[in-house]
Amino acid sequence: MSRTPSSAPRRPGLLLALATLVVTFYLWLFLHAETQTGVALLLALALAAGLAAGRLRLVRSVEIAGNRRPGLARALAVAGALALIAAFHESHFVLLMICTVLLYTTACLGLTVQFGFSGVANFAGAAFFGIGAYATAVLAANTGLPHLLILVLSGAAAALVGSLLITPVLRTRGHYAALVTIAFGILFRTFIEVNDVLGGPQGLQVPGMRLFGYELNDGFTLFGADVSFYASYALLSLALCGGVFALVKALERSWIGLAMDVVRTDETAAATFGLHIARWKVVAFVMGNFFAGVAGSVYGMITGFIAPNNFTFPDSLLMLSIVVLGGLGNAAGLLPAAVIVLVLPEKLQFIQEYRFLLYAALVIAILLFRPDGLLPRRTRLFFHREPQR
Amino acid sequence: MSATVLVDVRGLTMRFGGLTALDALDLQIRPGEVLGLLGPNGSGKTTFFNVLTGLYKATSGSIAYDGQEVVGRTPQDIYRAGVARTFQRSRLSLPLTVFDNIVIGDYQHMRHGLVFNLLRRRAFRAEYERYVEKVVELLRIFSPPLVDRLFEPVAAFSMIDRRRIEVCRALLSRPRLLLLDEPSAGMTHEETHELMSDILDVRERLPGLTVVLIEHEMNVIERITQRCVVLNYGKKIAEGSYAEITADPQVQTAYLGEAE
Repeated sequence: MSRTPSSAPRRPGLLLALATLVVTFYLWLFLHAETQTGVALLLALALAAGLAAGRLRLVRSVEIAGNRRPGLARALAVAGALALIAAFHESHFVLLMICTVLLYTTACLGLTVQFGFSGVANFAGAAFFGIGAYATAVLAANTGLPHLLILVLSGAAAALVGSLLITPVLRTRGHYAALVTIAFGILFRTFIEVNDVLGGPQGLQVPGMRLFGYELNDGFTLFGADVSFYASYALLSLALCGGVFALVKALERSWIGLAMDVVRTDETAAATFGLHIARWKVVAFVMGNFFAGVAGSVYGMITGFIAPNNFTFPDSLLMLSIVVLGGLGNAAGLLPAAVIVLVLPEKLQFIQEYRFLLYAALVIAILLFRPDGLLPRRTRLFFHREPQR
Repeated sequence: MSATVLVDVRGLTMRFGGLTALDALDLQIRPGEVLGLLGPNGSGKTTFFNVLTGLYKATSGSIAYDGQEVVGRTPQDIYRAGVARTFQRSRLSLPLTVFDNIVIGDYQHMRHGLVFNLLRRRAFRAEYERYVEKVVELLRIFSPPLVDRLFEPVAAFSMIDRRRIEVCRALLSRPRLLLLDEPSAGMTHEETHELMSDILDVRERLPGLTVVLIEHEMNVIERITQRCVVLNYGKKIAEGSYAEITADPQVQTAYLGEAE
């Protein structure tokens, strides 16, 4: 049932390379598209291609190919992202969008560990993202700490504040635990809004990043071409997203990932076989908030300015919808989902407020036809080649 | 004392509100025996398992396991002391593979460190491969056809295979006491027969293992238990060999109702 020989590709490397080429080229076209007809045509093309790919089991084939050659798949994904960054090296707007997609994906990787693996729904993702950003604003403006250390400290701040929530989250279950996180998200925003030290509703400025004596905000010239300073940030976001992705994948394919899955699916059986339920939920919650905090830290430095309105409850919902749309528990589904959720509304500017209607309809349609998300989570294989028996 | 009695239950009472599920139960389990636990529905058999494995905390009374008090300890502690069980209604993680579901049975010996699991992937892989061998070895004994389907999700398997997977999960950590909660529930006659051979196999290969079996199928009880205890309304009403308990008038009344 789980193995469909017809969709197993004969030359996985070639298939992966082709898929990367097609997707990168499409994204390049899509990010370029300015006119109504252009965007509409590309959307129609994507829908048709999506339907055809589903019919021909192309998506499944690419997935299997990716599982066979995981190293190559990751290298190609990074190469595709680098190509896009290079292609848009002059465009502030597009690069900022790429940064946002990558950093939201990073935060959503954290939510995947919490919700997808351990079953702890966190409706305050944007709040933890915000804690990271605010911690960075305070630390970078008031201390001379190296910025790389500030990144880590900001993540730790999010994890630490999150640990205050652990007791109520562990004492409640399911919907009730979700309510606790909703309350916290609202609390966070209100607290920032009324707190004058943190800038109140006007927000705070965040200094740009300095890495090993190099100011990322300066921008640079490469081979005679002016490169937007956002390109450096896009590279940094890509490195962060890639690193966290590798960690989350390793986590999924370890005893810890297994323990989290068992805790999520059956707490009684888990306890009977010695698993400490609270321990794994705490590990997942703290780790997820750390990732969200680090992502928020970089986001703050990129935008240079943060305000309570950047980290609202709707933003948290946006993050969770990326997690669910991508396929709950599947790290690889987050990136396409983040592109749809974050980039599409920007590209639909021309229909003004109707864009949210169209975009919402699209998300519902996707979940109607793919109820488990764009790329549903597959059964765990600890290593891509199982040992010989 | 631990040489003659592995589990010593004294005056065990479990109340849920107004309902008394276990009523001052006295019971001994001897090391190495296969004990059948019988009784009509609702007589407290599964409740006894749940108290013994720490899922419920007894209202009063005591359970000494290998001389140590068990009442009040967590399920995790009791598992570490060597008690493993199966459940009446299968409690496997359906989206996970056969391997995942069985290997979690030896959770206590896995390394749980973050650094080991996330960063030292070579070392992790070596441990993982040892576990694959261990699981395959167990499956070859009890359920060879499952070896080739090790990495398929449990959701794709029939009831009897799921039961076998549950038994393997319970056996993987080499427990001293194995609790089987109605393993034949929901199975055909042939499947029940197969499962019984499996359990007898377990007994032969692991001679030191003590087994407590909750079961309704009388021929199963007759074939594999050495001693039986019959419960009714949370009390022990009979104890002895299969022949003794089936001849007991109290047992006949509990199962068939009052004679005219």
